[in-house]
Amino acid sequence: MAKGYLVDTTKCIGCRGCVVACKNWNQLPAEPTGFKGTYQTVADFSGNTFTYIGFNEYEENGQLKWYFMKRQCMHCLDPACMKVCPQKAISIVDGAVVRDYGKCAGCQYCASACPFHVPKYNTKINKETKCSMCAERVAEGMLPACVKACVTGALQFGERDELLASARERVNALKAEYPNARVYGEKEAGGTNVLYVLADVPSKYGLPENPQVSALTTAWQNYVKPYGPWLIALTAAGSILSFFSTRLLKVGQRAHEEESLHG
Amino acid sequence: MRITRREFLKISSAAIATLPVLGFDLTPAMAQIGEFRIKNVKPVPTICPYCGCGCGLVVYAADGKVIATEGDPDHPINQGSTCAKGAALYQIYDNPRRMRKPLYRAPYSNHWEEKDWDWVLDRIVERIKATRDKNFITKETVKVKDEKTGVERDVEINVNRTEAIATLGGAALDNEECYLYTKLARSLGVVYVEHQARL
Amino acid sequence: MTNHWVDLRNTDCALIIGSNAAENHPMSFKWLTEAREKRGAKIISVDPRFTRTSARADIYAPMRSGTDVAFIGGLINYVIQNNLYFHDYVVNYTNAAYIIDDGYEFKDGLFSGYDPEQRMYDQKTWAYKTDPADPDKKPLKDPTLQNPRCVFQLLKKHFERYDVDTVCKITGTPKDVYLKVAETFAATGKPDKSGTICYAMGTCQHSNASQNIRAYSILQLLLGNMGIPGGGINALRGESNVQGSTDMGLLSHLLTAYLNAPTNDAAYKDLAGYIKKETPKWGFKTNTPKWIISMLKAWYGDAATKENDYCYQYLPKRDAKRNFTHIGLFEAMYEGKIKGALIFGANPVVGGPNANKEAKALENLDWMVAVDLWETETSTFWSREAGADPSKIKTEVFFLPACSSYEKQGTVSNSGRWIQFRWKAVDPLGESRSDLEILYELGKRIKEAYAGSTDPKDKPLLDMTWDYPEEEEKLLDEVQREINGYDLTTKKLLPKFADLKDDGTTSCGVWIYCGMYTEEGNKTQKRDNKDTTGIGQYPNWAFAWPVNRRIIYNRCSADLSGNPWSEAKKVIWWDPTKGDPAKGEKGKWVGLDVPDFIATVAPSDPDGSKPFIMHPDGVGGLFAKMADGPFPEHYEPWESPVQNILSSIQFDPAAKIWQSPMNEQGTPDKYPIIGTTYRVVEHWQAGAMTRNLPWLAELMPNVFVEMSEELAKEKGIQNGDLVTVESARGKVTAVACVTRRFKPFNINGKIVHEIGILWHYGYKGVAVGDPANRLTPHIGDANSNTPEYKAWLCDVFKGVK
Repeated sequence: MAKGYLVDTTKCIGCRGCVVACKNWNQLPAEPTGFKGTYQTVADFSGNTFTYIGFNEYEENGQLKWYFMKRQCMHCLDPACMKVCPQKAISIVDGAVVRDYGKCAGCQYCASACPFHVPKYNTKINKETKCSMCAERVAEGMLPACVKACVTGALQFGERDELLASARERVNALKAEYPNARVYGEKEAGGTNVLYVLADVPSKYGLPENPQVSALTTAWQNYVKPYGPWLIALTAAGSILSFFSTRLLKVGQRAHEEESLHG
Repeated sequence: MRITRREFLKISSAAIATLPVLGFDLTPAMAQIGEFRIKNVKPVPTICPYCGCGCGLVVYAADGKVIATEGDPDHPINQGSTCAKGAALYQIYDNPRRMRKPLYRAPYSNHWEEKDWDWVLDRIVERIKATRDKNFITKETVKVKDEKTGVERDVEINVNRTEAIATLGGAALDNEECYLYTKLARSLGVVYVEHQARL
Repeated sequence: MTNHWVDLRNTDCALIIGSNAAENHPMSFKWLTEAREKRGAKIISVDPRFTRTSARADIYAPMRSGTDVAFIGGLINYVIQNNLYFHDYVVNYTNAAYIIDDGYEFKDGLFSGYDPEQRMYDQKTWAYKTDPADPDKKPLKDPTLQNPRCVFQLLKKHFERYDVDTVCKITGTPKDVYLKVAETFAATGKPDKSGTICYAMGTCQHSNASQNIRAYSILQLLLGNMGIPGGGINALRGESNVQGSTDMGLLSHLLTAYLNAPTNDAAYKDLAGYIKKETPKWGFKTNTPKWIISMLKAWYGDAATKENDYCYQYLPKRDAKRNFTHIGLFEAMYEGKIKGALIFGANPVVGGPNANKEAKALENLDWMVAVDLWETETSTFWSREAGADPSKIKTEVFFLPACSSYEKQGTVSNSGRWIQFRWKAVDPLGESRSDLEILYELGKRIKEAYAGSTDPKDKPLLDMTWDYPEEEEKLLDEVQREINGYDLTTKKLLPKFADLKDDGTTSCGVWIYCGMYTEEGNKTQKRDNKDTTGIGQYPNWAFAWPVNRRIIYNRCSADLSGNPWSEAKKVIWWDPTKGDPAKGEKGKWVGLDVPDFIATVAPSDPDGSKPFIMHPDGVGGLFAKMADGPFPEHYEPWESPVQNILSSIQFDPAAKIWQSPMNEQGTPDKYPIIGTTYRVVEHWQAGAMTRNLPWLAELMPNVFVEMSEELAKEKGIQNGDLVTVESARGKVTAVACVTRRFKPFNINGKIVHEIGILWHYGYKGVAVGDPANRLTPHIGDANSNTPEYKAWLCDVFKGVK
């Protein structure tokens, strides 16, 4: 038994009520942005942005499509972030991949391991942050803030099995009009507790077609993690441990740069 | 940033501690709001101040401070949901840009001065009275054509108006406020009474 | 809205035109999504560009701004030509069968009676034909609808010219898409189907805007869509209380509850004259004397007596020959005629048309009071930041900090006319105060300032009832009671407006609100969310005016014998078993709503099948007197890049043209591109309430202008470039949003570009930008004088000019 979200993109109106509700509940500050030619003024997750809407325009056979895509942590069934966390700060609680900020040392390994590039560094608390499926609200019998805010019912919260069944049913109904319609998250990245109903191929929504947990993560799990706390101490001291993964460091750096840009 | 590290930790550990114990009863709408950061805080129902949908929102306030705002799950129109604007209600209150004191800008001045309420209200009333008294039309003579004979004659009528004062606005006000506004404006003789409904 | 938000779930087809509902009224899509899912409803989005609404629509039809009458006119023609109208409804519930006066004619874009000098019509011939021998002057009718002079035949003839090819040449809509729209919406003309028209400012902000809405009415009457669930004409209102503020009469031509404000026309000389002029011979409006006298009793209390015409003479009477509407007001201010202004929660420097001119006009004021939560562009029009030179501006400016909606109590009326109570959650921030308290204080101090005056001009102020309790909650309560009204003999609150009297024994501030606060309690506070009707009426939630009715004109939902036209769309019906025989009642109207009809008038009674009780004829007006004609007719906007192909009359012949400084008309040789303005979900109106909120500023940080890839290529503009948009009135800088969602229009063989710019922005706030209304003109609709914000000419250039 696990809880999850169902995001039916075919019902989303892109009103971004979910985005602001998330900031409101989690008391996350706004960040400076600029309109750069797309409604998607928030380009990516950040230390202060756990969810955003992607806006993707297409024209096919004279038909316009404007796909709205709500992004947040996918809450993987077998989360790579959890595997790599040297502090054991990440756990699964009834489907939600949650982190204990008391344990998190801000090492950012989780960010590099995530096949969806979700966790981002928050410079104010020096931690990697992300959506917790509003675990604290759910524990109190409330809906996650974004789901509660959703105007059209594009966001549903519930048991993953049930959501998956309803997603399949919806996709079947959509097939006639949208031959590429599919459920996303059933198997991707080993399965996720966030499921999507898509009317088209994942790449058109900015989702990875075939999200991969890097082989390094497995290596990490097996060989490096046992020495994790020791390695963190080295990292903190400024040592460059090149054998980790160059990608890992790049991701970390990018997060830092974003933070500094946003002041 | 409002959230301190300490608060953040508190939130996350509290969540994890309580998770396995409590169930997930999502059916009763009111159960969605009423616990946690807002535990034991009574939600106060309000209506969204933005568009004309009239969605229900709730405000959680404790010790004279707003601590959270959400959609009102009992409300038949929005059933707890909110668009981006409705979801942002909290920042109408928690906002350093909100004006907190009456201000006065003297003629030809390049800045505001802070004033107290009594001073500004009395000064405004002085200006209204002087403008009204100087620019008041009590009676006018208008031409009337007799329907049968077609002969025009003069008729004197009370018009009781001032054209030197205008009132604007109202769509962002409550009904009771608009009512006092309309009653006061007409009794002053104001005929330039307009607001957003025209636009 | 004739219907209400939740009722959208009952529709079979929503025609969304002049509205970007998903964006500006997102909750409409809560219910439209349900309608689509549960009933297979179709959603049609008609808009110059593909919007967030279009993204969720079944059909998207592009339409050039300013061509709504052509678009809808074509649908009217389609419905008539293909016999898709609801015949029995049209014959019985509209004036289709009425014969029109022999003098009426329509020729080359003009109706009979036009005076080009005055730019006005003499409407004498726009009348029903009567039998000269009939002393009652009853209109002649032809229920077969065959008489060539009956309304139906005249309507048919008028709109015959709006064939699909001609319409598409005007609107630029691809023909196949247009036909799909016609077929889909016309399918709602069956008794068991309903279609709704949702519109907003894209409809209202044109020089012929009222006729756009008239066109919707005609279409909905033909399809039998008025008065049924999922039907109606639904104006999606943009402010939380713009319905209420209008109900309260904050417009130059109105008193409260749509009672017309008197003018200096001699007909309004005294109360008897007012009543004679304003009271029709038939219908519910015959109660006008009760409404006006009760309002005067509420305003002037004991001072209002039969002998003094209930203080009728206290009411100001504007000059009937001049224009006192928003544009007229700012034109007068620009000319220096207005000396002082009270501005409560309004920001014309951003939201007013021709904003450069309106900002300049403010400089002529001796004093200005701005009441707001935020420093607005209007309250700081004198500052260097505004581009002004403070040392040259004489205006004394007062800023009064208002508190927000949840720092006080009160009611607001939503689009669906639900009067809802807002409770207070916290005390006002800082020294801010509620507008109620500010207005109360101003009134009290004004009365004190005039105390003891013997000048007759001051009598209205001295006699104005203002002895309200000072304490906030009691003050609100007392004002609400005054709005509802009292039986002055018993001092009890009135239960309903049917109890109002014209003899001075009742008071009622706003007659349509009567019943909201009775001896049973304050009904605006009702929060019972059980739907006892099964169609989402929620009768025990808040109070809807009038008399808690949720669907207006609901008598139309039943046939001539009082049975629902269909089970699927029933609202009220006649139940012969429910009447009280002791009172001589034959039965009663019952059902899922408060009947919009006299509850005991049987269908078989003489007026038992006249559902439009507010109209003097009791039927829906396919033919109706408007300033610019009894039928809608397409004219081009004041500024248009093309010629009108329907007639030689280019521009609405009765629209008000302001020939004044700073209001230049742009010509297509210099400004070849159509400009329009619109909003986004993340911001609200003139922006102060959202551009000051970091979360919303983050999502929509800058003003942008949307344009097609084709236009951008022509102009050398890349997506994301800073560009300048210029009209004959001004220019603004914005970020280019180059998108496939905007396409050039093919207008009668000519490629015409259109661009759209957000109008929320100004220089105060977290998100700042140029006000787009620097581009828009002072041109008003022929009937309402609403400015033509939505279609004007401009050009666009790369870079900051």
